[in-house]
Amino acid sequence: MHINGVEIEDTFAEAFKMRAARLLITAINPQWAMTAAQVSTGFATSVIACGCEAGIEGVVPSDVTPDGRPGVSILIFTMGPKGMKDQLMRRVGQCIMTCPTTACFNGLEGEEWLKIGGTLRYFGDGFQASKLVGGRRFWRIPVMQGEFLVEEQFGMKKAVGGGNFLILGESVEATLGAAERAVEAMHAVEGVVMPFPGGIVRSGSKTSSQYKFLHASTNTAYCPSLRRQTDSALPEGVNSVLEIVIDGLDEDAVREATRVGVDAACRPGIVRISAGNYGGTLGQYQIHLQELWK
Amino acid sequence: MRSTTLRLRDSVTLPVEAESISPDRFAGLSQEEVAALPLLYGRRPVTVGDLFVVEGADVADIQVGRTSESASHLVGRASDGEEILLEGDLSHVKRIGQGMASGRITIRGNVGMHLGAEMSGGEIVVHGNAAAWMGAHMSGGVIRVRGDVGPMAGAAYPGEKRGMRGGSILVEGSAGPRVGERMRRGLIAVQGDVGEFSGVRMIAGSLFVFGTLGPRAGAGMKRGTIVALGSIEGDLLPVFHYACSYQPAFLRTYLRHLRGWGLPVTSDHVEGVFRRYVGDITTLGKGEILVYDRRQ
Repeated sequence: MHINGVEIEDTFAEAFKMRAARLLITAINPQWAMTAAQVSTGFATSVIACGCEAGIEGVVPSDVTPDGRPGVSILIFTMGPKGMKDQLMRRVGQCIMTCPTTACFNGLEGEEWLKIGGTLRYFGDGFQASKLVGGRRFWRIPVMQGEFLVEEQFGMKKAVGGGNFLILGESVEATLGAAERAVEAMHAVEGVVMPFPGGIVRSGSKTSSQYKFLHASTNTAYCPSLRRQTDSALPEGVNSVLEIVIDGLDEDAVREATRVGVDAACRPGIVRISAGNYGGTLGQYQIHLQELWK
Repeated sequence: MRSTTLRLRDSVTLPVEAESISPDRFAGLSQEEVAALPLLYGRRPVTVGDLFVVEGADVADIQVGRTSESASHLVGRASDGEEILLEGDLSHVKRIGQGMASGRITIRGNVGMHLGAEMSGGEIVVHGNAAAWMGAHMSGGVIRVRGDVGPMAGAAYPGEKRGMRGGSILVEGSAGPRVGERMRRGLIAVQGDVGEFSGVRMIAGSLFVFGTLGPRAGAGMKRGTIVALGSIEGDLLPVFHYACSYQPAFLRTYLRHLRGWGLPVTSDHVEGVFRRYVGDITTLGKGEILVYDRRQ
């Protein structure tokens, strides 16, 4: 199968069950809302080392936010429910509450609920106050600038993480350009984030290492510089590979983002689109690339 | 869902104790059984049928008092319950909807004391005025009054520690003295003026006043919020201390929510700066009166 002359490999991405939360951050202007969103989704590329995967879902216009201010929606993913509260407490408490003028609202009708504002409130040292507005409870935490408003509970739902595809290109420039186009197009899909820097991974990994103290190491089969030293998965002419990892609120969102991203990435200078998997042994979901257009 | 219309046969001058007129009491009853429900007319036991003409109707025929979508979460099971339409001068008919938990009551005319007192759900709409103690001790649901309300709306009965504990009271006219007395939770929004001692001994909750805030507001309040969007009669009590002028983040959210209910919230209110006064310092002192100052 080819799209715009680019081969779509007959393989699949292996994705996993995760848990997701959606936070809506508002602030006095779009810049401060984005600053809070960027900081609170920082160091959240891989759940293995960062505790969660997170990214910016999109900008939310002021006419639809609860307080009528510019907003940014972010998604946070963890492997299980236990880690989510810890991550939300850290990120809301250290990254959003500290950011000037922000407020933080729940953005998800969850299957489970996590008491975040209801726990952070103690920062108010007894001067915190709650308000019930439209059936939603908020906490007003006095801070030096004024007040930090945070919703008492945040919803958490089952989600899908680890969707991915690989862009195999002739050069760094061509591959990066294709990946950038893909990420830009994928931002239009609701309910997904690409948690790596700029949405792009250059250092994909495999789940083994020659070192006993490591569980994962560089994906040697896709390293162009190792083509003659290891079993390579790269066709001739490929000199650069980039990966886009996708976490979504459900499988359909991940599939749609993959399709949109691959479509956008298939451009001159790209040789093949592939995907990362573990032979279907680890993940609960298999996203077959060629089936995305059926 | 069934609708029942009660039309007052003749004007009444003696007080009528009418806690039987409630959607929960009407549920599952035939028209004749509704007419047989007991009332107290003065000191004389009578029935609903003695004072009212009782008519049944398909609810689709009744187009008044529909619950807005945005308020539906407060109304609880209103859409599943009974609907009662009351017509006539009910100024002497007391305790209508007392303790109701679901359904809807629409009143075309003035209504007497204790309307919706202790209610926990459902909706009451009054196309007229309501007398004292409306919504006293209510814990859920919505009461909308197109006209004025008397004293002690949402308040606590004498000797009780807590008044209104949830739900919403929305008044398009003015409210009498002591509105929200000992209020513990919930919302009272008055588009007109409020009398003296509004929010007196308030424990928590929110009271919005779009008109003039009467004297001695918030006396003895521990927590809670009084928002003065209009003017203030005289000065605030000296037991309230000025803290700062700012834009409380929660207020933007709250005011936009109220605007969605049709209250006259302007963009200036939403974008406005409020002076925060904290008190009553003779009690816990964690209450606040937020006075609208100007647009940012």
